[in-house]
Amino acid sequence: MTEMTAALTPTLYRRGEMHEFSAAGQDFMYLVSTGAIFSLDKSAHAVLRQLAERSMTLPELIEALTEQGYDPAEAQGLIRELRMVKAILSEAAAPAPAPAAPPADFPLQALVLNITNQCNLACTYCYEFGADKIATPQGKPKYMTLETAKASVDLLLRQSPGRKGVHITFFGGETLMNFKLLREVVTYALEQAEAEGRKITFSLTTNATLLTDEIIAFLSDKEIGVTVSMDGPPDLQDKRRVYKSGKGSYDVVEPRLRKLIAGHKTRAITARVTLTEGVTDVIRIYRHLKEDLGFHEVGFAPVTNSGEQDYAIDDAGMDGVLAQFHQLADEWLAYALRGEMHGFSNVSETIGELIQGVNKSHPCGAGLGLLGVSPSGDLSPCHRFTDADSHTLGNLEDGIDAQKRDEFLNRGHVSAKYECQSCWARPLCAGGCHHEAFVRYGDTGHANLHYCDWIREWTDTCLKIYGAVSALNPQFLQRFAERKALS
Amino acid sequence: MKHLKPLNSKAKRIEESVSLTEEDVVALQQAPHVPMGCSLSFSPGWEVDSGGGTAGLCQPVERDIYDCYVTCFWPVQVPDHVNYSPDWASNCAVATKDWRNLDLVFP
Repeated sequence: MTEMTAALTPTLYRRGEMHEFSAAGQDFMYLVSTGAIFSLDKSAHAVLRQLAERSMTLPELIEALTEQGYDPAEAQGLIRELRMVKAILSEAAAPAPAPAAPPADFPLQALVLNITNQCNLACTYCYEFGADKIATPQGKPKYMTLETAKASVDLLLRQSPGRKGVHITFFGGETLMNFKLLREVVTYALEQAEAEGRKITFSLTTNATLLTDEIIAFLSDKEIGVTVSMDGPPDLQDKRRVYKSGKGSYDVVEPRLRKLIAGHKTRAITARVTLTEGVTDVIRIYRHLKEDLGFHEVGFAPVTNSGEQDYAIDDAGMDGVLAQFHQLADEWLAYALRGEMHGFSNVSETIGELIQGVNKSHPCGAGLGLLGVSPSGDLSPCHRFTDADSHTLGNLEDGIDAQKRDEFLNRGHVSAKYECQSCWARPLCAGGCHHEAFVRYGDTGHANLHYCDWIREWTDTCLKIYGAVSALNPQFLQRFAERKALS
Repeated sequence: MKHLKPLNSKAKRIEESVSLTEEDVVALQQAPHVPMGCSLSFSPGWEVDSGGGTAGLCQPVERDIYDCYVTCFWPVQVPDHVNYSPDWASNCAVATKDWRNLDLVFP
């Protein structure tokens, strides 16, 4: 009889986890259980409004809608539709189930080869050498050997069954301090991939101080994507991106960059700006890098730090940064409505994820499809953990340490992060960067609580852009997806 | 879907899966809705779901007849499996998974 009693208890309907937003005069919902985005007509919006006030039984809900002028049968159909996509639920309130972790044999997609841990600059905020460093490079090789690099390529091809294309990112230290190796390993990797009938692509991150005509020609010829770490016009670049002598690097970088951008047309050239105390002039930096120097895209990130460094941005500084982000976001939208691409990566990246409707089990591919390789051949979750003994996940000789990788991934799974369970932005954020969390909280599995508000606000901004473009220029999103190879 | 428009890839996949479910049982989803089956049996696929629909049930209501055969004494609705249709359920090992393999039986 207990079963029957349970069956006869009136079921309460409530809203599923979602973030509602409006743009261009339309209403939308972003569903947390899936990462899906739907536009709502007036009726659907009315149901959600009704249930925002309180949970209701089905008859109550239908009565309320009938009072608003809906035909009862129509109201039934409407409620059913919302239930099918889990916008309204009849079960007890609980967070949507977390996305399952990818299987243990998840194939690799990319490696980051740290081809040297040496650098000719001494940027004061560097996570690899600065105050918050976690790397322990003492007694280890400073430059990767060709043998190690080739073994990395072999590992990537071996551990990526089923993937037609794989990717290698070259990283440092300053990557171009080991350009000789880079050139040789690119040739080797292309041969190996071709022999298997597969595709391999490359990118590198550099401070641009060592670019030469020969290097630029090679990068263009081999279609190697280039990201330049750069902080803006001379006064801002030279504040922290300095040589060991303290001398700024702008004057060295600028002519080389112009040659790179003029001479390398096969891949986008992007700038990656680190925002620090006093380097928060986002608009001026963007204009200089995009319009004066000609970068295709410019992305910004506040410096990773333990919260105690003098180069960290304080709350007032972050407010200013966000205000300027919003200004660039408005520009991005205006461009999109005209059918043009804007170069502000922070919007483009999020829009790309919204097009797919990602629902992440982990914040990024670190330890999953992506691994870092240190000059010594140690494997790590990504380049930010290179040479850190506390975070190795095996080495090239013995392969991936499955147990350590499991431990890292279990720790970083979104469902293991308590604070994330009530946050609507978790399908995209999943708690944020493992490395940032470790530096800040001493635990890669800790949610990055210091930027939760910022992430939610930014995701809301990007959702509104997405909604507006969907309503006013939907073809743009399709072209954007094709261009970014998302479709 | 009438009131919701999918705007990203994930939403489109959800719409596709919803419309598949819809098509499966379209004839029985029309109003007025008539709950079918034996009201005292709580085996899967037997009742309507908590929203009054049948689309989300693990066994579609059209195949409820299988439940009569396996779990219920009710004599008139099941095929005559002793004399005329002994193999009618032989391809259906697990009703919740294999119900599509049930043979249709015409007396």
